[in-house]
Amino acid sequence: MSERRPLLAMQQVTQAYSLPRTALFSPPGSFTVLENIDFDVCAGEAVGLVGESGAGKTTLTRILTGMERPQSGHVLFDGTDIWSADQTQRANFRRSVQMVLQNPRSSLDPRMRVGTALLEPMRSLRIEGDHVKRLHEVLDQVGLDRSALERFPHEFSGGQLQRIAIARALMPNPRVLVADEPVSALDVSIQAQVLNLLKDLVRDLNLGLVFIAHDLSVVAYTTSRVSVIASGRIVEVGQPVELFTRPSAPQTKNLVDAVLTVESGLSGTAL
Amino acid sequence: MTTPPAIEVKNLTVGYEDLNAVRGVSFTLPAGGRMGLVGESGSGKSMTALALMGLLPAGWEAHGEVLHDGVNLVTETDKALSSRRGRTISMVFQDPMSSLNPVRRVGDQIADVIHRHNKVSRRDAMRQAVDLMVQMNLPRPDQLARSYPHQISGGQKQRIMIAMALACYPQLIIADEPTTALDVTVQKQVLRLLNAATRERNSALLMITHDLPVIAAMCDTVAVMYAGRIVEYGPVQDVFRNPRHHYTRGLLDSQPTMDNIALDGSSRLVSIPGMVPPLQRLPSGCAFNPRCPAATEKCRTEMPELGPNGAACWHPVGAVQVVEA
Repeated sequence: MSERRPLLAMQQVTQAYSLPRTALFSPPGSFTVLENIDFDVCAGEAVGLVGESGAGKTTLTRILTGMERPQSGHVLFDGTDIWSADQTQRANFRRSVQMVLQNPRSSLDPRMRVGTALLEPMRSLRIEGDHVKRLHEVLDQVGLDRSALERFPHEFSGGQLQRIAIARALMPNPRVLVADEPVSALDVSIQAQVLNLLKDLVRDLNLGLVFIAHDLSVVAYTTSRVSVIASGRIVEVGQPVELFTRPSAPQTKNLVDAVLTVESGLSGTAL
Repeated sequence: MTTPPAIEVKNLTVGYEDLNAVRGVSFTLPAGGRMGLVGESGSGKSMTALALMGLLPAGWEAHGEVLHDGVNLVTETDKALSSRRGRTISMVFQDPMSSLNPVRRVGDQIADVIHRHNKVSRRDAMRQAVDLMVQMNLPRPDQLARSYPHQISGGQKQRIMIAMALACYPQLIIADEPTTALDVTVQKQVLRLLNAATRERNSALLMITHDLPVIAAMCDTVAVMYAGRIVEYGPVQDVFRNPRHHYTRGLLDSQPTMDNIALDGSSRLVSIPGMVPPLQRLPSGCAFNPRCPAATEKCRTEMPELGPNGAACWHPVGAVQVVEA
């Protein structure tokens, strides 16, 4: 592989939560959620993270976005450890790494007009200036009409809401987008629109995209490198086609076997 | 065939005031048959299911005929329907977390169904409930029967739901998105179980989902719903291999499969432009016309009926092979 300069990286990250004390004088046990995780994303690259529920996907995301401090290991943004960075570097990190969540209906405030919701990150990240131009720019990028700004979330369909959520994440001009199951709450015909949009954004804005999902075929379509996580460890990393045609780890095999396709269903080999 | 169908739906309309979520749906599901009802949110598929169960929300009304076990369910009294639910017709809901009673032990909840519809003692009902749990491949059934829903996993909860639905050997089981809330690796196990258990009991299965691969794996026939109407209806093999309606074709095309992955990342999924129209603003003519690549003036003015080719379309897709055999 040629010289890679990851934009956002996790190095040997371990995270454990302590369990409730079972006896008065014995030390409480702990539960290791992530163990020695290495994970990174470069600019203009889409990487996938797949695993069953409970594998540690969410914890990894929380650490990657700086919402949680790992017990050991480093989270590097642009080469700087975010937990020992100075204030300007932290502010820069906060602006540059944005998230898109699974269900746009619950991640957008129902009482807030879309325009206000889109300005929210600018307010909370204390980004100064006139944001109207930026609003229009972002709406164009995600393919929404300007009239959307005056409307409320309930007036939109799921697919449009997810576009709005993506637009909100794009507002501070981030360099990395972390999308946690961005299409699993959407209808099939809409799912394709949002996946195509994410792909375009990576290409056009030179964004780093971290795509978390449980559906392998969706991840394979969107990303160029996939990490498989199982019980807190990365068990396999590779190009999607490699992974899914020749899985080496048993956990990857499990996930691959679980994929149902129309073809396998019709030929009677699915179940 | 001499046995009457498990359910025969004729011109079913379901609406609230003057809004109709289901607009003239007809289909027949033979005894022991398995049919899929596919559609996106807002297509009316769940309302169809609720109408069959007599569980429509307050204010909603069903019209038309739903023939099952010699009666028309649409005109049955609430009491008659209530004695039927769980006995001749039962339902597996999407979200097992919210459809089990959180303050009753799961074994008791299965036993309740058995006790209600059969002349058996509480103790026998409980014994049957544990037997059912064994059939559902649940681990340590005796112990698990004494658990509360929050103590067991999602897959286990859905198996409990299936056990409840199967308890009285119903003629028809309606499964509304039974695996959507489950983990992918558990999905297959639950589907396999539902498949085997319904076949064993010769119960007919009506599978309601937006997931085309699930239908392909589980069903013999499929009805594709769009904006409250069936737009394509026929054997799964024909409909999925050779879709006639542009909507069905669009749905099939927008499925990411393992084969159309291009390594350079330049591949794009075909997507259906636009979105499902809200009930208040249904377009005239064919409801799909604003999103259809083949729409003409006729599509905008006249509503197509289901034709002999199984599709409600003025300009059906030609003999195009979409899914390679």
